[in-house]
Amino acid sequence: METKNIMIVGVGGQGSLLASKLIGKLLLTKGYDIKVSEVHGMSQRGGSVVTYVRFGDKVYSPIIDKGEADFIVSFELLEAARWTEYLKPDGKIITNTQEINPMPVITGAAEYPADLAEKIRSAGIEIDAFDALSLAEKAGSSKAVNIVLMGRLSKYFDFTEEEWMKAIEDSVPQKFLEMNKKAFDLGKNA
Amino acid sequence: MLGNEAIARGLYEAGVRVVSSYPGTPSTEITEFAAKYDEIYCEWAPNEKVATEVAFGASLRGARSACAMKHVGLNVAADPLFTLSYTGVNGGMVLFVADDPAMHSSQNEQDSRHYAIAAKVPMLEPSDSAEAKEFVKEAYKISEEYDTPVIIRMCTRIAHSQSSVELCDREEISLPDYEKNPQKYIMAPANAIRRHPFVEERTKKLQALGEITTLNKVEKTSKEMGIICSGTCYQYVKEVFGDSVSVLKLGLVNPLPVEIIKDFAEYVDKLYVIEELDPIIETHLNTLGIPCVGKEMFSLLGEFNQNTIRKAFGMDMPEGKATDAVIPIRPPVMCAGCPHRGLFYILAKNKITALGDIGCYTLGSAAPLFALDSTLCMGASVSGIHGFNKAGGAQSEKKTVCVIGDSTFMHSGITGLVNISYNASNSTVIILDNSITGMTGHQQNPTTGYNIKGDPAAKINLEELCKAVGINRVRVVDPYNLNECDTAIKEELSVDEPSVIISRRPCALLKYVKHNKPLIVDADKCRSCKMCMKIGCPAISMENGKAKVDNTLCTGCGVCEQLCKFDALKAPKED
Repeated sequence: METKNIMIVGVGGQGSLLASKLIGKLLLTKGYDIKVSEVHGMSQRGGSVVTYVRFGDKVYSPIIDKGEADFIVSFELLEAARWTEYLKPDGKIITNTQEINPMPVITGAAEYPADLAEKIRSAGIEIDAFDALSLAEKAGSSKAVNIVLMGRLSKYFDFTEEEWMKAIEDSVPQKFLEMNKKAFDLGKNA
Repeated sequence: MLGNEAIARGLYEAGVRVVSSYPGTPSTEITEFAAKYDEIYCEWAPNEKVATEVAFGASLRGARSACAMKHVGLNVAADPLFTLSYTGVNGGMVLFVADDPAMHSSQNEQDSRHYAIAAKVPMLEPSDSAEAKEFVKEAYKISEEYDTPVIIRMCTRIAHSQSSVELCDREEISLPDYEKNPQKYIMAPANAIRRHPFVEERTKKLQALGEITTLNKVEKTSKEMGIICSGTCYQYVKEVFGDSVSVLKLGLVNPLPVEIIKDFAEYVDKLYVIEELDPIIETHLNTLGIPCVGKEMFSLLGEFNQNTIRKAFGMDMPEGKATDAVIPIRPPVMCAGCPHRGLFYILAKNKITALGDIGCYTLGSAAPLFALDSTLCMGASVSGIHGFNKAGGAQSEKKTVCVIGDSTFMHSGITGLVNISYNASNSTVIILDNSITGMTGHQQNPTTGYNIKGDPAAKINLEELCKAVGINRVRVVDPYNLNECDTAIKEELSVDEPSVIISRRPCALLKYVKHNKPLIVDADKCRSCKMCMKIGCPAISMENGKAKVDNTLCTGCGVCEQLCKFDALKAPKED
């Protein structure tokens, strides 16, 4: 199998590391060779963060570069737009439509671009944009955005519901399990 | 398994008994994961020099020991390392050093291979998690067989990448009886003179090991082209070329082998060296008189990936589509509710020169606060302000402070404070005590009252410590209280003796910290003066000319509320 590449992008603190961990656990049970690459530390403090997930028969590099990603899963709209060049020509973006202002926008040095989802679409990029934050809140916590997005991503893969659920069970604390399962369903059926 | 977790597993399997480290991205998780094994004693030491010496002590007593640090941590640990090279080890000893090419979370991108060469100790470099674990076990064998500390060099992409690892059982090693051996371990000149020839002899033996060890792997396929590489670069080479070129992958990166390189060079028509940062392997080839292409094609800067190699060889590059939108950058920022923000605002407002240090608070140097004047290395703010004030005299002393975190102060700020006290400069030191080691992801330190396992531990009292080194003026302020900070800073700058201000508030991200309800904006009262925007809080923005608070981020710290002259920002009324 040719190596598949998923990028998970967002704003530091949004929970993207948990999402990559969850996908990693799922893929491991499927017997793939996997590499997941994260960056910790400084960039986690509200900065732009990116995690790479690669899987296939044999994976060498832990990094995904321009033109290589099959999927970009984005926790925030501006971050989805930032990384579009990393998609393959037929790659897809799955994104939360939440907008979080970066500091240059807050200080007035820059503007948050308007109609970003539309701009991405008109660049000829396939984008699945939806309000994952509202769905997460509906499930019980704004912190469940990561699992809502995983639910959405699951539509594009052949893995079974049980396999996803097992990965969620292995990745979140027991007391939040039901809430996260609900978040997954809401994302999947949105 | 994360590369760092694989290292910890390797420590467990290798029968290691003692691990002492200071946190530093991207090395921190090695020690955190190791602490999960009850068989290994783990601790956070105040700094890397202490950690390395703790590991030395454990080795001297006959146990396998380790310490982990980031690349700049090795600068701090260099003093014991260079002489450890002479003493050698009793129980095996391995230092883990994580380089950070591209400086994801560092102040420089030094190449730690130089240290292995300079200290004349072997260095291993794994290229994924499975290798990381195996190399740990190999490193302990080498350490004991060749009587030397060993360094394992990691980098961000090995330390923080996950790949599969097969687990083995722990090798139980009983602790031998202690035997005194002063000729080997007392490095006074008479003994050290006798140990130096041993070091040189050992290097020759290690070089011979390099010719036969399975740590170095030769993949001879194409005769046209060969690449010599190590670590993460090996993965990029394989990603681009697969089996279509010959590859010499070096796992033992110091000392470098001679014969297998010569043999490999003769086998291929054209030879390339691909290495991140400095041309260490390339220089070795140059010394051997072997023609190769290296840094004339590849940068000395940053980290590589598969496209770096494709580009250098003029190959087709995959391309994606860009939008025509202008995407503003998203630099890291101090979190909403960060206790440092209020204090930094007061420094900025009063146009105070502030020498900074290493930690989250470096982010106070960014817009809109611009609160810092320098950041060099751990502890340099406290030593630096003394020099700044000695050079600038009374004029400097009245408007200069330094800021340093609690963990950084314990790491190497205290010695600077001793100097201020002893050599009498009228310096004002501000300790930003957020009761945790923040930037690296919340590690305990000697001031928090807990150890690495989260168990209660001795708690160093910062006030008493500062007084004990001779600082008479020590006061504590709450950084959420702007007036209190303003008064304290002005008073301490005006007096004619050194002083310490402890700005104390736990990090807003700590689990036990209870947040207040998000503030509410009274849009009718908001006059759009943007005073609340001056503190650079990510929870506040302007919408349609009025202040707006992001409920998902605001912790209700109330700093912005104190800035609003029109009472437009308020805590919600209690129900």
